[in-house]
Amino acid sequence: MTAPMNARNTKVMNRFDVTSRLVKKLTNEEAVIGGIGNTNFDLWSAGHRPQNFYMLGSMGLAFPIALGVALAQPDRRVFALEGDGSLLMQLGCLTTIAALAPKNLTMIVMDNGSYQITGGQATPAAAVADLIAVALGCGISSSTWAADEEDFERLVDQSLAASTPVLIGVRIDDKPGVGATRRDPVQIREHFMMGLGVRQAL
Amino acid sequence: MAVAEGQASKAQVSESQAPESQASPKSHETRAEEKSWHEVVLQTLKRNDIRLVPYVPDRVLTTLITSLHADPFFTTFATAREEEAVGIVAGAWMGGQRGAILMQTSGFATLANVLASLVVPCQIPLIMVVSERGTLGEFNYGQSLVCRTMRPVLDSLAMEHHTMTRLDELEFTVDRSIKQAIATQAPVALILSPLLTGGKVFA
Repeated sequence: MTAPMNARNTKVMNRFDVTSRLVKKLTNEEAVIGGIGNTNFDLWSAGHRPQNFYMLGSMGLAFPIALGVALAQPDRRVFALEGDGSLLMQLGCLTTIAALAPKNLTMIVMDNGSYQITGGQATPAAAVADLIAVALGCGISSSTWAADEEDFERLVDQSLAASTPVLIGVRIDDKPGVGATRRDPVQIREHFMMGLGVRQAL
Repeated sequence: MAVAEGQASKAQVSESQAPESQASPKSHETRAEEKSWHEVVLQTLKRNDIRLVPYVPDRVLTTLITSLHADPFFTTFATAREEEAVGIVAGAWMGGQRGAILMQTSGFATLANVLASLVVPCQIPLIMVVSERGTLGEFNYGQSLVCRTMRPVLDSLAMEHHTMTRLDELEFTVDRSIKQAIATQAPVALILSPLLTGGKVFA
């Protein structure tokens, strides 16, 4: 790529707004994995759901965790929300997901070209790489930049009926998350398992 | 990484080339009626309903990996990184499916962050099968050094681990460790010693 990131013909959106739009569409107990930091803070702030899992560390594992859920529960749609910096930590997982080709996995990358939560430093990819092109090159053939909020909603709707894994890129601003997830890992995991019907409360 | 040693990534070798035929301890060769270590591991995983087995390959694990692929009971596949395999089986566990991951010592060395920030605090019963490189005849200095980091990392997180050296104890150790991991919601590392597998020898 020779064109800088900001030359792309896509609107700069807001993570919390886009996450809220996604959550409003989830009427079938879809699972959602929120990557570390702002990605899961905004998922939490969009309204907690029993089928949400919030990562507290392990940067880059939102897609692999979502893949595991998708393999275990093939009849449930699984969403994963990940930041661009996080995805850069674990690009190889895109090839694993392409090879396994789960029908029920929708991946969303929130791309602001920076490590917002650590002080807004630019990622190495920011000025040179196109993550959707990377995903296509890894074999995720249904990988698309959302042009604007309306297009994002359309892509989410399409993915609900998809028969291959879907990746949606969203270019976002540099705003921090609007809240902070309660950091209680055992409760988060246990509630998620109850939300997926794997566990019952005592 | 496991693929640092060129041969390690060339996973598909035939039984006759498998390393256990090169340097197994004598006690194994004299008990031909017994199952091999990889058959015991596969059967014990199956008996405990462990179906999902992602791995990063290792020469010693080749026969086990080939057998897992050949058995439709298992969903088994390579991942690009060991950390990714941990995420996948953690997700699957939360979704109600049991898994285990296979790797080499050097792969384990990439896992401290995910163990400390996902597996241990979320109480995920992660079952790790680690083929031990770096000891008992290692020829690569880097491998021998990375091996020394494994048990201190496991101990620093108070994680259960067993080094399996004997075929006659293998089924008991694997079976009981899986059951304990699930019952106590705690991870376990099952380390396959060269004393059990024959290890990898200088070619």
